[in-house]
Amino acid sequence: MKIVKRLLILGVAASLSLAASAADISGAGATFPYPIYAKWADAYKKLTGIGLNYQSIGSGGGIKQIKAKTVTFGASDMPLKPDDLKSSGLLQFPMIIGGVVPVVNIKGVGPGQLHLDGATVAAIYMGDITQWNDAAIKKLNPKLTLPSTAIAPVYRSDGSGTNFLFSDYLSKTSPKFQSSIGANTSVQWPVGIGAKGNEGVANMTAQTDGAIGYVEYAFAKQNKMSFTTLTNKAGNAVAPSAESFQAAAATADWAGADSYFLILTDQPGAKSWPITGASFILVYKQPDDAASVNEALKFFAWAYKDGASMAAELDYVPLPAALISQVQKTWTTQITSGGRPLWSGK
Amino acid sequence: MPGPSYFCATRSGTDIVAIIDPGHAAKQLIFERIFRSATLIAAILVLLILGGVAVSLLRGAWPALSHFRLAFVTREIWNPVTDQFGALAPIYGTVVTSLIAMLIAVPTGFGIALFLTELCPPLLKRPIGVAVELLAAVPSIIFGIWGLFVLAPVLQRYVQPWLIRNLGDIPAVGHLFKGPPYGIGILTAGVVLAIMVLPFIAATMRDVFDTVPPMLKESGYGLGATTWEVIWNVVVPHSRVGIVGGTMLGLGRALGETMAVTFVIGNAHRISSSLLAPGTTISSAIANEFTEAVGDLYTSSLIALGLLLFLITFTVIALAQAMLRRLERRTGAVA
Repeated sequence: MKIVKRLLILGVAASLSLAASAADISGAGATFPYPIYAKWADAYKKLTGIGLNYQSIGSGGGIKQIKAKTVTFGASDMPLKPDDLKSSGLLQFPMIIGGVVPVVNIKGVGPGQLHLDGATVAAIYMGDITQWNDAAIKKLNPKLTLPSTAIAPVYRSDGSGTNFLFSDYLSKTSPKFQSSIGANTSVQWPVGIGAKGNEGVANMTAQTDGAIGYVEYAFAKQNKMSFTTLTNKAGNAVAPSAESFQAAAATADWAGADSYFLILTDQPGAKSWPITGASFILVYKQPDDAASVNEALKFFAWAYKDGASMAAELDYVPLPAALISQVQKTWTTQITSGGRPLWSGK
Repeated sequence: MPGPSYFCATRSGTDIVAIIDPGHAAKQLIFERIFRSATLIAAILVLLILGGVAVSLLRGAWPALSHFRLAFVTREIWNPVTDQFGALAPIYGTVVTSLIAMLIAVPTGFGIALFLTELCPPLLKRPIGVAVELLAAVPSIIFGIWGLFVLAPVLQRYVQPWLIRNLGDIPAVGHLFKGPPYGIGILTAGVVLAIMVLPFIAATMRDVFDTVPPMLKESGYGLGATTWEVIWNVVVPHSRVGIVGGTMLGLGRALGETMAVTFVIGNAHRISSSLLAPGTTISSAIANEFTEAVGDLYTSSLIALGLLLFLITFTVIALAQAMLRRLERRTGAVA
């Protein structure tokens, strides 16, 4: 009977967003950016009196809701393909950046001490490397004494943007991973155990000797977990930090990306953290309710301009300035109402 | 309170009442009709909702079912990347975790109920009874978090290594207790489920045992029977129907439980011979993946899982009904 319950919840979420007062902005989707959207909404409400009603029902739900036109904007951690956007008349743009961090539980190994690369992590998650003193790991960590403990891979069981970024990164760095597993919000892991949510993965990793997991950066940082460093595309060892995420976003080729369809994993750039991702917003290019979309754009513009410090407090990374101005240009040229640009730049 | 004949009369017609007082009868008649149609509507509403659920599940599941056909229930694969879906692993997990839960909860619940009704000192009766009912009121998410943070480490550190050491090498049975002790997995999910359904089973059985006429028990004791003999020869046969009913109530809840299981089962779409290995259930797969499922076939496959759970639960209830009918016939024959 639980499926009925879940369907009901979706239904209620839909009706709630319909019922939100006209002055409020309504949105639905990704759970990953929910904390920062909620914080922004709170500050924005105090400032302007206009509230944001954001239902964090997941990216899939957000895409379904915006396509059903029950919300003003949808939010997704996985960018929609340009074809899909064209056929549905939607525009997408990045809103906030975050990163995914591998964490380990090996006796005697502290935060930032273990170094891995994409191919090795992929081999671990495919069951090809099963012990911490494997030659491939030793080669990356010549100075570290690693135990013969069995590796227990822990993955996120709930479909999530975190899963997508992680599996996308492994697909880009390991051809075998790409052909046998691939990238998605949920994938079929051949080995390991699935834990629910960041807290589940963190707890499973902390409990199990020899475990490796992956969590959102904010989660790893706030819980002081033993994160690893990674080799990026440029061949450098990088540690996860706001700077290395921003470096990935800044060096990415946004200008050349059709409809902002760009996944920030494995970007060039000497300092780029390789598992970085943006969370996206979806709105209609020719909205039926132009006034609400205008209100939503005003909110996003305010968040770009004044929300950066709030984002940093929650360990999210704001977009680089050049990208923000590119996004706002896109609003002006692509979102129209009655043939005229809707966004006036204010 | 009106006598039974009065009731019969009003239900079958109003002739008798009409003879007594026509004015009162007319009023009663209207009230009667309103009352009757209100209850009828309420009853039909249940059928409509159930029918609506079945129809919408079927409609939602149709793309997946028509695409995979029978393979949907016979394959273990569950790969959202290549859009290949089979429900065998979740079906297996659902059935096995529920069976483990029943194996633990039914004997324990039976014991609690017997103790409370037959053996308990009056002073303890209320506290234990209230405790059982309180256990039923704990939200499932609490059981999930408790299972993950408290029970799983204990199982991982003490119970599972013992099982692997002592039972892992026994032929046949040993397969059930092999592999690394993760702490979470099919067995842990079964144990958490057992604790969750225990109060339902215990409370139902207690209520049924309470309905055994004291006279029957007193007669048993009067004939010199021991407590054990009275329980097995008087109490249990008299409440067989209720025992089956309580078990089925617990089983129904175990099959559909979502949140607590999701936390402790390990969420792997795999069928392993070991009970210590991670698995998945129908409801936890839906809970895990529905929100982020993109693509028609993926969403449809998840809804098809829901349909399967609906069918499994329906089958369990139907079987229980059939069993109860058989039991009733047998008891009738004995009497």
